[in-house]
Amino acid sequence: MTTMSGPNEGTGSRDGAGAPLLAIRDLHATVAGREILKGIDIVVPAGEVHVVMGPNGAGKSTLSYVLAGRDGYEPTQGEVVYQGQDLLAMKTEERARAGIFLAFQSPVEIPGVTGVNFLKTAVNAQRRARGESELDAMQFLKLARRKAKELDVGEEMLRRSVNSGFSGGEKKRYEALQMTLLEPRLMILDETDSGLDFDALKTVAQAVNGMRSPDRSILMITHHQRLLDLIAPDCIHVLIDGRIVSTGDRSLAHELEKSGYAQFAGQAA
Amino acid sequence: MSSGIEQVRSLADQAYKYGFTTEIEAEAAPKGLNEDIIRFISAKKGEPEWLLEWRLKAYRLWLTQEEPVWPRLHHAPIDYQDSYYYSAPKRKDGPKSLDEVDPKLLETYEKLGVPLQERARLAGVAVDAVFDSVSVATTYREKLKEHGIIFTSMSEAVREHPELVRKYLGSVVPYSDNYFATLNTAVFTDGSFVYVPPGVRCPMELSTYFRINAEKTGQFERTLIIADKGAYVSYLEGCTAPMRDENQLHAAVVELVALDDAEIKYSTVQNWYPGDAEGKGGIYNFVTKRGACRGRASRISWTQVETGSAITWKYPSCILQGDDSVGEFYSVAITSNYQQADTGTKMIHIGRNTRSRIISKGISAGHADNTYRGLVRVQPKADGARNFTQCDSLLIGDLCGAHTTPYIESRNPTARVEHEASTSKISEDQLFYVRQRGLSEEEAVSLIVNGFCREVLQQLPMEFAVEAQKLVAISLEGSVG
Repeated sequence: MTTMSGPNEGTGSRDGAGAPLLAIRDLHATVAGREILKGIDIVVPAGEVHVVMGPNGAGKSTLSYVLAGRDGYEPTQGEVVYQGQDLLAMKTEERARAGIFLAFQSPVEIPGVTGVNFLKTAVNAQRRARGESELDAMQFLKLARRKAKELDVGEEMLRRSVNSGFSGGEKKRYEALQMTLLEPRLMILDETDSGLDFDALKTVAQAVNGMRSPDRSILMITHHQRLLDLIAPDCIHVLIDGRIVSTGDRSLAHELEKSGYAQFAGQAA
Repeated sequence: MSSGIEQVRSLADQAYKYGFTTEIEAEAAPKGLNEDIIRFISAKKGEPEWLLEWRLKAYRLWLTQEEPVWPRLHHAPIDYQDSYYYSAPKRKDGPKSLDEVDPKLLETYEKLGVPLQERARLAGVAVDAVFDSVSVATTYREKLKEHGIIFTSMSEAVREHPELVRKYLGSVVPYSDNYFATLNTAVFTDGSFVYVPPGVRCPMELSTYFRINAEKTGQFERTLIIADKGAYVSYLEGCTAPMRDENQLHAAVVELVALDDAEIKYSTVQNWYPGDAEGKGGIYNFVTKRGACRGRASRISWTQVETGSAITWKYPSCILQGDDSVGEFYSVAITSNYQQADTGTKMIHIGRNTRSRIISKGISAGHADNTYRGLVRVQPKADGARNFTQCDSLLIGDLCGAHTTPYIESRNPTARVEHEASTSKISEDQLFYVRQRGLSEEEAVSLIVNGFCREVLQQLPMEFAVEAQKLVAISLEGSVG
C-alpha cells in the first residue's frame, strides 16, 4: 500500500458533500465472455468532478459503456445506484433521459441526419420523457445557434450530417454542444481529451466548467493530465486491470505524472 | 422538414392503419376476364369505337404473352379469372359536385387523410380520388380551368378531350409493351388525366389518391400527363388498400409526355397493404411508368417512396429524346417481413447532351428481398450524354437480402456513365450513440433510416415529405430487436 488510500476506502465522499448522485459498488462486467471490470467502487456525490485514470486496457471505456448501458457490456456482479435508482435495470435510453450523458471518445457518423435535426430530436425526446413540451423548430434553432456560438461550433456544422467528415476537434466540439443542450445530471467524458489540439481542449473544458453546478456531477475518463489542468477535479481514481487501486485528491494525479502507473502494478494482480 | 420521430411516437402500434374497408354498395361486372367483360367496361364508360378496338387488340395479344420471369420475385401463380375487373361505387347519376358524392366515400377519404374538400385549398392540393375502378371526385377543377389546365378522370377525358387522349394515350407505353401493361390496356377502368397548356406553370400540386376497397378486385388505372411547351406540373399519387388475406392485383400504367422546355415532377408514396408479418395477403403491384422527354430541354423527374405491397415490380423510366433533356429517378424502397421489391428505372438517352440521374435507396428488414434493377442506355446519336447512378442498400437484421443489378449499354464513345453502389448495415455503434441521447431503439432506427433516405425524401413536395417520413418509420416498426 502506498501513501494513498486503498481501493475500498475514501471513495471520494468528503465532508460536507451532498448525497451521492452515483454509487458504484463492487461492479464486475464482462465483454464477449471476458471479465474486464473486476470490482469497481466509486461514489460520486452531486456537484463533484471525479476522474478515472489508468493505462490502456485497464477497463476505462468499458466502465463508461457499462454505465451508459451498451449492449455487449454485461454487468455480472455488484450494483450501480444513480439518483436512488437501480441503474443497471434501466435501458440505455432511459438512462439518457434520466440525465446520464456520455461524451464519446470516437463519435460515430450518421449520414443524412443533419446536426441540428439530431440535436432537436434528442432534446425533444428527453423533454417528452420529462413531461415537458417539445421545442418547435424555430425555438430550437435559436437556442442551438446561441449555444453553438458560445462553444465556437460553426453554424455549418449544424447543417452537415452528424459527425460526417468532422475533424477530431469538430467531433468533440459537437459532443460538447450536445451536452450543453441536453443539460445532463451526470456527464461521463470518455477520453474526451484524446487527439485534441489545445483550442478544442479549451472549448470542451469551457463547456464542462460552464455546466458545473451543485446538482451536477462529472466522471472524467482519461489517461492524460492536460484536461485536469483546465477542469479542476475533486477526486482521482486509479483504475488498473479492472480494479480501482487507489483514490485520492488532485495530488494523486501529480504523483501519477511523476511516477507512472508502475507503482500500482503489484496491487492489481 | 421536421423529423419523423414525433410522428412515430403518435403512430406507434398502428401497424397498417389503412386496413379498414368501407361498406359501400358496389356495382361490379361478373368475375373473370374475357372480351365481353372488356366490352362491358368500355360500354359502361361510353367509350368511342377506337378505344374499344385498342382494348381488344391488347387483350388478344395478352392471351399470347407470358408473365415475365426475370424479376427476383416469387409468388404463387395469379389466377386472372378469379378477379373482378370492374367495381364501381353504386350511384344513380354521376355526382355533379362533392355534395352529391356518397358521404361514406368521403368519410373513407377523410380517414385516409386525403384533403378532398376545403382542406385541399389550404394544402394547395388538387385531388383526384380513384376508388376501386372509378374516379370519384376531382377537386379544384374550376380553379385549374382558369389556367387552362385540364385535370380530370381518364373516363371523362375520353369524353371531353378525345383528340388529346387519342394523340397521346399509348404513345409512351404502347399496348404491346409488356404483360402487365398489355393487361392494363385491355381492362383499365379509370385514372387521372392532366394537360398543362404551353407556358403555364401549374399553381398547385396535383394529386391522385388510389384506393382498392372491394374484395377480389384488381385495380388497373391509367394515368396520362402532358406538359406542353414550357409548362410545369408537379403531381403526386398516394395509394392504400384494406387488409385482406388474399392477394390483390394492381397493374397500373402511367405515361408522361414533356414537350420543349416542359417539366414534370411525378411523386409516389405507395403504401398498399404489404401483407401480414407471415407474408399472407398484400397487394401485387405490377406497374409500368414511363415518361417521354420529347421536347428540347424537357425534364422529367420521378420520385417514389415504396413502402407497401407484398410485391413491387416497377421501373419508372425516362426516354430522353429531345436534345438537352434531363431524366431523374429518386427512389426509396423499404421492404420488411416477407415483402419483395424488384424496382429501378430505365434511362434511354437518344438526344444529344441528355442527362440522367438515378438515386436509389433500398432498405430491407425481416425476411424481405430488395432488388434495384436499372438500365442506362446511350444510343449512337446521344453525343455528350451523361448519367450518374448511385445505389445504396441498407440491411436491418441478417435474414434479408439486397441486390443491385445495373445494366449499362453505351453505344456512343462521348457518353459518360457513372455507377456507384454501396451496401451497409445499421451499426451497433450508431444505435448505441443515438439511444444514449435518449431515443428508443425504434426511434433511433427511424432517424438513421430517414437520414439514409434524405436525398430522396427532400425531392418530395413539402407536405408529403412529412407523411413519407412517418411511413418510413411505421414500415420498420418491429423490425429491430
